[in-house]
Amino acid sequence: MKLSYYPGCSLHGTALDYDQSVQRVCRQVGVELVEIPDWNCCGASSAHMTDHEIGMRLPMRNLVIAQELGNDILVPCAACFQRLKAADIELRRRPEYWDVKSYSPEMKIIHIATFLAQEQILGRIGASTKRALGGLPVACYYGCLSLRNPKITGAEKWEMPENLEKVSAALGARPVRWSHRTECCSGSLTMARPDIAEKLVGDIVAAARRGGASAMVTDCPMCQANVESRQDPAGEEEAIPVFYITELIEAAFNGDYSRRQQGQHLVTASVLADLFAGDSLHKED
Amino acid sequence: MADTNISPDERNVKLLAKLQERGIDVGACYQCGRCSAGCPIGDHFDLSVMEVVRLAAYGQEERLVKSHAIWLCAACETCATRCPNDIEIAALMDVLRELALRKEIAPAEPRVPLFHHSFLGSIRRWGRVYEIGMIGSYKMKSGDLTGDMRLGLKMFMKKKLKLRPHAIADKTQIREIFSGKGKEYDR
Ligand code: SF4
Ligand code: SF4
Repeated sequence: MKLSYYPGCSLHGTALDYDQSVQRVCRQVGVELVEIPDWNCCGASSAHMTDHEIGMRLPMRNLVIAQELGNDILVPCAACFQRLKAADIELRRRPEYWDVKSYSPEMKIIHIATFLAQEQILGRIGASTKRALGGLPVACYYGCLSLRNPKITGAEKWEMPENLEKVSAALGARPVRWSHRTECCSGSLTMARPDIAEKLVGDIVAAARRGGASAMVTDCPMCQANVESRQDPAGEEEAIPVFYITELIEAAFNGDYSRRQQGQHLVTASVLADLFAGDSLHKED
Repeated sequence: MADTNISPDERNVKLLAKLQERGIDVGACYQCGRCSAGCPIGDHFDLSVMEVVRLAAYGQEERLVKSHAIWLCAACETCATRCPNDIEIAALMDVLRELALRKEIAPAEPRVPLFHHSFLGSIRRWGRVYEIGMIGSYKMKSGDLTGDMRLGLKMFMKKKLKLRPHAIADKTQIREIFSGKGKEYDR
């Protein structure tokens, strides 16, 4: 299977480790990724929030390039996914308005969790799992943009999504039931109003704890960064780490979660390593 | 709902025409309050989401472009997703922000548009976002030099911030987009 790949700016910046884990997991399950040549920023929320034309034309440029490659596009970032989908719908509706001669490709735009939760891919993930995650209680966290607005994202279950739960369960983790799976992390407001970001993230983290989770799992780089960085700075001991879903998969593939990988997190992220260490102690006695 | 008749004395018909053209049917609102109930940031708004929708239906542009609400909205799309009348509320917020900027209305939350400006400046220059440059530019513009210092340092130490920008090859197209391609036909 061959897919076009749109990493987006986060994955080439603060979320570089997400990019690398996506690429390694895809290789392992036999999916070839071809990066869209010379891709540009999708404009994220800043563009569409302040300038409709720029907010549409930036992602459209990527789609026009991807149209040449023809394959479906895999997008790991929820924000990029939503912007590309919005541009795709608008471009199909009236390409000439956007100065594109014709645009009606077969290609689909697929967000990472939807891709991973397909039966065929889940099967391959199961086959490559070396060490199941021993019932690790995880809170699957979706945030906003891979789901809403469903008219744009095409999400089938936007209030009660289940893709991350499916993947986590396939790895042997135990997805907990909790309340804030699709709540907003404050998105780009985090820079200008960190006070609001801390409030929203505080509520999310408290809910995940109430659900009994010892880690969170997400498929959005902005959610990951906001939830790790905006947790109560004083209570760092009890901070809850947020793993990318592909990190969780890799840990199960390798039966290992290295110190180097832990170091990529802004809070203590030893729970996977502890789990594996506990396992091996168990086996020895 | 074209037959809904909401007609206060003074209303901005241009705003209403613009909303209609973008498919944002504010006249369909029956004030059920679902949008306000689900808004994650509503506690911090000066106008609730349903008030924003109703004021828009009244054509009361001035109140709206001066509000905190339009700048505090995070574009999470919860309101529009849950509106029983399919009103594109998040898109309405987009239109109001763009209007406020074009009219150079002093923003009630000045740091928010400064952030967007820095973010877009980075794309305009490189074709992609270069985080250190973008954050630096925002800090200079907003004067918020000390905020998040600890966090920034931590990210730096963890090598999460790239030291050099990556410029895309075809910058002509990006320049065209930012120089207002298509806008010549837009009112
Ligand atoms: S949810 Fe829709 S109909 Fe209900 S108050 Fe909000 S805008 Fe009006
Ligand atoms: S899109 Fe804006 S107004 Fe609507 S629910 Fe989200 S934050 Fe509130």
